[in-house]
Amino acid sequence: MIPLYARRRAVNLFASSLMFAATCIGLFFLAWILWTTLKLGMTAMHWDLFLKDTPAPGNGGYGLRNAFVGSLILMGIALLIGVPVGLMAGTWLAEYGGRSRMANLVRFVNDIMLSAPSIEIGLFTYAIMVDPMGHFSAISGGVALSILMIPIIVRTTDEMLKLVGGEMREAAIALGAPMWKVITHITWKGARAGILTGILISLARISGETAPLLFTALNNQFFSTKLGAPIANLPVVIFQFAMSPYENWQQMAWAGAFVAIVFILTISVCSRLILQSAVKRS
Amino acid sequence: MIKTKAILATGGADAPSAAAAGESRPEPFVPKISVRNLNFYYGKAQALNNISLQIPEHRVTAFIGPSGCGKSTLLRTFNRMFELYQDQRAEGEVNLDGENILRSKTDIARIRSKIGMVFQKPTPFPMSIYDNIAFGIRLYERLSRAEMEARVEGCLRQAALWDEVKDKLGQSGTSLSGGQQQRLCIARTIAVKPEVLLLDEPCSALDPISTAKVEEMIYQLKTEYTVVIVTHNMQQAARASDYTAFMYMGEVVEFDLTRKIFTAPRESRTEDYITGRFG
Repeated sequence: MIPLYARRRAVNLFASSLMFAATCIGLFFLAWILWTTLKLGMTAMHWDLFLKDTPAPGNGGYGLRNAFVGSLILMGIALLIGVPVGLMAGTWLAEYGGRSRMANLVRFVNDIMLSAPSIEIGLFTYAIMVDPMGHFSAISGGVALSILMIPIIVRTTDEMLKLVGGEMREAAIALGAPMWKVITHITWKGARAGILTGILISLARISGETAPLLFTALNNQFFSTKLGAPIANLPVVIFQFAMSPYENWQQMAWAGAFVAIVFILTISVCSRLILQSAVKRS
Repeated sequence: MIKTKAILATGGADAPSAAAAGESRPEPFVPKISVRNLNFYYGKAQALNNISLQIPEHRVTAFIGPSGCGKSTLLRTFNRMFELYQDQRAEGEVNLDGENILRSKTDIARIRSKIGMVFQKPTPFPMSIYDNIAFGIRLYERLSRAEMEARVEGCLRQAALWDEVKDKLGQSGTSLSGGQQQRLCIARTIAVKPEVLLLDEPCSALDPISTAKVEEMIYQLKTEYTVVIVTHNMQQAARASDYTAFMYMGEVVEFDLTRKIFTAPRESRTEDYITGRFG
């Protein structure tokens, strides 16, 4: 008996140490990334970033206002398209599709879309929007981002609605409630924290996407809110400025990256808090 | 509730054979639900076998029997709950006041408003205690604030829950204890003024004190409703019901007055079950 337990303890210790080491490696790189961005980004921070637009090459000047506003507009378009479509599709899967062949097909395709390379989504949007329109545009950038967003929302909505017990659905139906009322008043309410978290995660995911925007929204040196015209956006500006020979541009790239990371961190923390409070309440 | 209904002083074909026989005072037997030749299938597996049965109005009828005998399945045909699942299907008749609800063209939501159901697991909706009750009422009626408040209070009183929740109506229904949640679900069900109450093992998740409260409530409720209760607990059937149906392997083996089932069953299988020899 004793050698058996000694062996179990040894295996346990070995496996635990491996997992601990893996965690440490992950955390180390995360801390490194955060630290570098924080250090270089903080020193590059300046109020002008939010008040002035990107300067012309070679001149002095400091500002990312057009890129921030552009990114917010792109995310807004993506949310406007992605949330209704994702929510509806996820709801259909969980409430009507169930385990039918059609629903499983949709889930399979959705899972493929989840891992589709974002540059291909960019190319696709280029082909269906930019090419016919004849020029790059904010709207096509928003569409490309929404295509990346939808599978995430579909997946989380489907999963979260399935977590709402069948008994709850039956209880509402037994009262004589029509299906649409059961969904909007009962199951969406029961799953709202999870669904909202999915939306926030998808927002965090698209906020740093660069490749699809290169084919769609492109970039704009000037301040623009026109949906039909190319629009400045943070990821492409960071890419362009970081690769440039100009000192002030490189500084702004770090500052932009810092703001982007703070944005994503805030979203992640918010979604955590929302989930936690929901767990506490139930 | 005066309708043109056959009042059978002695049982008809499906009524308890000796409902009144040997009793000093004959019990009037007014069928509220009558089931005729009902077969039920889960995919290819048959779960109910040619069932015929009459549920008396304003009485408590209990379905007892071992697990898997079809008690809950039978109960779930009474409000067509099985329709939510594609592979389940029922054949035959389930008549509510003479109308076959399995074939009815009446909107199923209207039928369900007449037949309330309470489930094994308490299922409070993710909303406040007040809204849990008001949700069902709002499906059918437009009430003023004051009327709604009075109605909610009335239902909670009927479910013996008012005193425990009157100061926290705005709190989430899920914050209540299991027994309270189940009484909330019963209050919610009677709030839409059904005629029939289907209770699917309503006490199986409750402690004895909560169970006693729910049983007491069931007893009160039969003056207004026709109650059908599925239970695993034979003492509960004996305590709380007027009529009992013993089911086994998808069939109704015996249906009679509860006191007859528990004192002088006709079938040996019934006797074996209630004396604990099998099941």
